[in-house]
Amino acid sequence: MRKPPMHAGASARLSGDRLMQAGALGWAGLLVGLPVAALIVKGLAGGPAAFFAAVTEPAAVDALLLSIGTGLIAACVNAVVGTALAWALVRWDVPGRRLIGALVDLPLAIPTLVAGVLIIALCGPQTATGQILAGAGLPLAFGRGGIVLALLFVTLPFVVRAVEPVLEELDPAEEEAAFTMGAGQFRTLVRVLLPPILPAVAAGAVQTFARSVAEFGSLAAVSGNIPHRTLVAPVYILGEVEAGNPAGAASVSLVLLALALALQPLAAMLARRAGARRA
Amino acid sequence: MHSARRRRPTGAARVIFVLLCGWLTLLLLVPLAALVVTVARSFSAVVAALTAAEALDALLLSVSVAVACIVLNGIFGVTGALVLIRHRFRARRLLDALVDLPLALSPVMTGLGFLLLYGRSGALRPLLDAAGVQVAFAWPSVLLATLFVTLPFTLREVALVLEEIGDSAEQAAATLGATAWQTFWRVTLPDIRGGLVVGTTLTAARALGEFGAVLVVGGSVANRTQTATTFIHAAIEERQEAAAYGMALLLAATAIGLLFLLQRDRK
Amino acid sequence: MGIRVQNLVKQFGPLRVVDDVSFEVRPGELVALLGPSGGGKSTVLRMIAGLETADSGQVWLDGERVDHLHARDRQVGFVFQHYALFRHMTVADNIAFGLSVRDVPAAEQRARVAALLDVMGLRGLGDRMPAQLSGGQRQRVALARALAPRPKLLLLDEPFGAVDAKVREELRRWLRALHDEVHTTSIFVTHDQEEAFAIADRVMIISAGRLEQAGSPVEILDEPATEFVARFVGDVNVLTGTVRDGSVHVGRLSAGPGALPQDLPPDSTAVHMVVRAYDLKFWRDDSGPATVRRVMTLGDRVRVEALLDGAGDPGAGSPGAGETAEGAPIFAQFPRRSSLLSGIEAGSRIAVEITRARVWPIGAAR
Repeated sequence: MRKPPMHAGASARLSGDRLMQAGALGWAGLLVGLPVAALIVKGLAGGPAAFFAAVTEPAAVDALLLSIGTGLIAACVNAVVGTALAWALVRWDVPGRRLIGALVDLPLAIPTLVAGVLIIALCGPQTATGQILAGAGLPLAFGRGGIVLALLFVTLPFVVRAVEPVLEELDPAEEEAAFTMGAGQFRTLVRVLLPPILPAVAAGAVQTFARSVAEFGSLAAVSGNIPHRTLVAPVYILGEVEAGNPAGAASVSLVLLALALALQPLAAMLARRAGARRA
Repeated sequence: MHSARRRRPTGAARVIFVLLCGWLTLLLLVPLAALVVTVARSFSAVVAALTAAEALDALLLSVSVAVACIVLNGIFGVTGALVLIRHRFRARRLLDALVDLPLALSPVMTGLGFLLLYGRSGALRPLLDAAGVQVAFAWPSVLLATLFVTLPFTLREVALVLEEIGDSAEQAAATLGATAWQTFWRVTLPDIRGGLVVGTTLTAARALGEFGAVLVVGGSVANRTQTATTFIHAAIEERQEAAAYGMALLLAATAIGLLFLLQRDRK
Repeated sequence: MGIRVQNLVKQFGPLRVVDDVSFEVRPGELVALLGPSGGGKSTVLRMIAGLETADSGQVWLDGERVDHLHARDRQVGFVFQHYALFRHMTVADNIAFGLSVRDVPAAEQRARVAALLDVMGLRGLGDRMPAQLSGGQRQRVALARALAPRPKLLLLDEPFGAVDAKVREELRRWLRALHDEVHTTSIFVTHDQEEAFAIADRVMIISAGRLEQAGSPVEILDEPATEFVARFVGDVNVLTGTVRDGSVHVGRLSAGPGALPQDLPPDSTAVHMVVRAYDLKFWRDDSGPATVRRVMTLGDRVRVEALLDGAGDPGAGSPGAGETAEGAPIFAQFPRRSSLLSGIEAGSRIAVEITRARVWPIGAAR
């Protein structure tokens, strides 16, 4: 058998490892770190006054508030509907369970712009549905209702996929025990079933909210982008870029970035809690 | 798994189930059906619009970029996952944070970040001009932006598998005399193949569907930087419904196909 | 292959898991590293294999320093606790792996694999996948895989820890037989005393990162070097007593010079006296110093538990297990039909004689 020269094994391994580390770090740094750094530098380059002016621009404030508001609505609706869907998928013996499971994943695969186009195809101003809805005073497309609808479409999987594994690990015997001890259905729900899945529901809701605030493609197609009314923050940023104000765009971007970076550890913490319940 | 304990819903549960099905139908199926019907109604116009040079160029760019992303992210994803899970080094947490960053950014912000680097008065512009390379509003920017948004997928899927299988098989290979290279090809790679396939599928779906970032940095120039999604966007603005709906249906069908593959691979 | 390990140290964070361990293994020996879980045995083994780097210290294989060598260049066979089989390869491919990475000709590989499948009692299973095998079979595949490249040294990390008791017994006997046949220098890690004493030529006791004692099973049992070894190995009584006139006194009981080691601590030293269950005699004596609490029949042996009057002295450093002011519990084991057992039942008074004991001053530095 061949025998390597002294120290060859150890030092070759070391430099190979170093090379991989440097490669991975360099790739991620150049591809991800650099543009984000450029964004941060540009956003703050004008000094605090310029930054403050850019983010307190009335149109910017309205756009941020609209994004946050519609994001909160989407998070709340999904917290309820998503939990119910997860429950149905895990606990109920219902027809078409696998089809429902696939449907829930659909928004993960469909391009977000296409999601917006789907909604326009259904209830855009030229369609029959759209005209009926407009006649009834509910113009979904190019209105705030359309924004929420698009957000619900693209964020559908988050709560379901967060709650499902937790429910799967949860022993149904626990709830059966609660029933046999004479707890009413509602009390069982509140005291026994909800606490263990709550962190997972919250994690999914936070994810929904974060995605909603960042959502662009579907809203660019659906919302009509009327300043102060249906212009969400990411579309506002695009407008500033196109209007030749990259500094203002970068400043508003930083607000969204700060929000996202604040939510990431929260979501991670909740997910850990949900996981800890499982263990 | 307690799947054996599934029960048929009764009473109020049955009502809730019907409501949930209605929700999914209204939210997902009806819009999808509306798109199919719209396209079917003007089928010949759609075919004409999708076989025009602009549409074909857009599709070609989207597919090329997606393939490039799959390959590059495959290489980087496996390397990065190995480094993150198997190595202990000082910059490990920095790498971990960088990998998650694309998930936190709105696509528009991604595009803006690249524009600030490579755009008209971008920070790297003097360097690029000296080298005679154009990035912004040219295909490299579309590739870079798409690489950015798809970066986490393969890496995270592979990392998940690496963590789950542990490193004892790799150690066994080492004690049996295998070199690092032999260990990777013969032991590690076959073990992570599943994660790699899932990551690749997710990368393909996201790459084909990326819109905001490539719009901002690529500018949606027909026949040059227009991708399938920015083609749809341009068609909507020009009120070319047949082109917009046709391309949207094509992308939706591709997405459903990828989703089908994903469901199968995850089994 | 002979092994020399010198002053090995390994620190994980604040914890020193291996603390200055040195020992030698002679060519052809079968050695057990025995100790409580988490005591650093596996880390020592992994450092010999090159799977872990020592913070300081040296490993010599056949008189050559190997600290700089990667695991793959040490020609060491390693059997992992949870098999670590390659899950996507057949049994035959698993066994052949160490040969194929060294570009051994295919025909030679096949012959070696067939021979090993035979030796291991795995004939006909070459085409199976690891997931289709029982735990015992997997362990034997792991062993065959480690032996295939004819390593000069075989290291086994808790080799039978993951199989059930009956299979473990069988694998043990079989490992000893295999070693008697091929004589590969071998070290195995275990926390099971019975396993260590049943198979090994020599046993090394490792606890809290330190090598407590190295010796033959008989030496370890009869001449424990430290109080830890004396307490750790076998069923023991630990009594708190005082040295006086060449004897050790525990309440009314005393152990005379005949039962004690030569180098007794000076008079009036408080000591722990460690007495094995079979180095005690009980017999019925109404004026004796102890009362029988329980008599248990355990197959061919009988275990008698008693309480020694007035021996409890919690003030004297760390008391023996279960000592109270009432007295110290002691127990002994006898063959089922022993004449000493006549008249012994719960509540009877008994005389106690210590035939052999070890003594350590309380609180003495290790």
